[in-house]
Amino acid sequence: MHKYIIRRILVFIPMLIMLSIIVFALAKAAPGDPFTGKILDPTVDPEVFNEQREALGLNDPIPVQYFRWATSMAKGDFGESMYYKGRDVQSLISERIVNTVYLGLFALVITLVVAIPIGIYSAKNPYSPLDYSATTFGFLGLAIPNFFFGLIAIYVFAIKLGWFPAQGTISNIHITGFSEFLNRIHHMVLPGITLGLAGTATYMRYMRSEVLDVLGSDYIRTAKAKGMNDRNVLYKHTLRNAIIPIITLMGFEFGALLSGAIITEQVFSYPGLGTLFINSITNRDYPVIMSITLLLGVAILIGNLLADIFYSIVDPRIRYD
Amino acid sequence: MKANSTEDIQVSSTQKYNQSPFTLARKRFLKNKLALAGIVVLVIFILAALFAPLLTEHDPTKGDLMLIEKPPSADHILGTDGSGRDNFARLIYGARISLTVGFSAMLFTLIIGVVTGAVAGYYGGKVDNMIMRAADLVLALPFLVLALTIIAILEKVTVGIFVTVIAITAWPTLTRIVRGTFLSLREQEFILGARAIGANDLRIIFKHFIPNAIGPIIVNATLLMATMIIVESGLSFIGMGIPQPTPTWGNMISEAQNIRILRDHPEAWIPPGLAILLTVLAINFIGDGLRDAFDPKSNRR
Repeated sequence: MHKYIIRRILVFIPMLIMLSIIVFALAKAAPGDPFTGKILDPTVDPEVFNEQREALGLNDPIPVQYFRWATSMAKGDFGESMYYKGRDVQSLISERIVNTVYLGLFALVITLVVAIPIGIYSAKNPYSPLDYSATTFGFLGLAIPNFFFGLIAIYVFAIKLGWFPAQGTISNIHITGFSEFLNRIHHMVLPGITLGLAGTATYMRYMRSEVLDVLGSDYIRTAKAKGMNDRNVLYKHTLRNAIIPIITLMGFEFGALLSGAIITEQVFSYPGLGTLFINSITNRDYPVIMSITLLLGVAILIGNLLADIFYSIVDPRIRYD
Repeated sequence: MKANSTEDIQVSSTQKYNQSPFTLARKRFLKNKLALAGIVVLVIFILAALFAPLLTEHDPTKGDLMLIEKPPSADHILGTDGSGRDNFARLIYGARISLTVGFSAMLFTLIIGVVTGAVAGYYGGKVDNMIMRAADLVLALPFLVLALTIIAILEKVTVGIFVTVIAITAWPTLTRIVRGTFLSLREQEFILGARAIGANDLRIIFKHFIPNAIGPIIVNATLLMATMIIVESGLSFIGMGIPQPTPTWGNMISEAQNIRILRDHPEAWIPPGLAILLTVLAINFIGDGLRDAFDPKSNRR
């Protein structure tokens, strides 16, 4: 197990380096450099800018530039925004990232709380009315584009019924304490459900088929033959084994959750990393775009790494070869 | 795996002994009601897209500035959009673009995926390692983020560029599937036999590998097309896909980002949304039907 974890981490490092090379290549392919848009004064000799570029190392060989870029990225220095003059990329990102993390966690909680019990119930009672409804919901949940679902949610629950706010994170900045918390949750309900929808459908299907698999296995029959009651069979044997693949799925679904957040945030004008990303693309603010791309890539690599490590801990049969 | 499942059927029912795996698959598929319903829905959409000019006399790209955001009327049955264009015309012409983009993005991804997967799975070793590391890397970035980053670098997006961007970010999933099938086939005895009688690589790939791997390839291509339609609509919705005034379903829904249209003109954005939903459901049902038809063992309980 320890050997597996160490080898898995060793694979992670070259992946990280390759990822940074891709993002660096994309950044280099993007038009413009830190002086684009700063040439305000036409009387300034272009030669001055060239000297500045030389001083900043923009004329250095590519590997040298890559190394300098990677070092500053690793230190958390993401450069300066090209659109919001004089603002650090990291300050732009850090004021948005919290909102996205909250939204993602909220969506994940909704997903798990809904999908796991229904998946278990469907597997215990296959072909029951609830199982059929859940299967239908699963098909619809995977086929409906999340932005369309979000718009319907706004139309029905925000405009027609007025139960939830259609956008933003908080009603006004003067709310504090526990009511602030409630107000923020209230704002997160619609985007959270929208973001969690596809995941809920996926996890439900998985949970159902995993529980069905485990229920059909020999050791469950043995446990039942010993006279163990249904409740204990379910909690002590079935769930423990059925939950393992769900954990790996969470590692893989992490990327889908982040991509989903980009579009969902846009629908609800939710001030998170996704709206910042889209706005930066509209404004061609390359330093921000590349930093977010790198950040999301690293987050997903770490998510997969953690899922694999966790999997190897709960399932000792996993070996690396 | 594929060979085994065919064997099972042939042994279990002797009267089917003379039927090819494809005949059996077709028979199983035709018994699947949901898949058939999916085909009917998809054919209706394709016909509407093909005969769009017969179904409406309005031009989907030219607006009438005197008729902006009009409610449904006899002339404009779904009203007009923010530029005075007929919504119904945009809906059926949109089917053209959405289905074409979905199909060609799928086809392009399929070609890259099958070629890389076949090379990796057939030759193994260093080539395999290189292709799979590249695949891991592309998978490390979420597909949508990578596609958006590339779109950000490009000056202008056309249908062709858009399809290419999607294909070069989406191939690894398919590569993995094709490679997996090839790896398992490589060790089978009939491949060894073919090699022993002196068949060359190309012949073995096309005569033995592809026909045996065709089931999973077709199934995944189908499901991929559904994904591509969603991706196109999502990117067009946030304004990063096919540029206006080209009608696509995603472009039509993106008008609903304007709260006034969202609130007062549901007839403008709900039909394209339902069109996407129905198309994707239809394709997914067809894909599931194909999966069950090609691999009866995978029958869902």
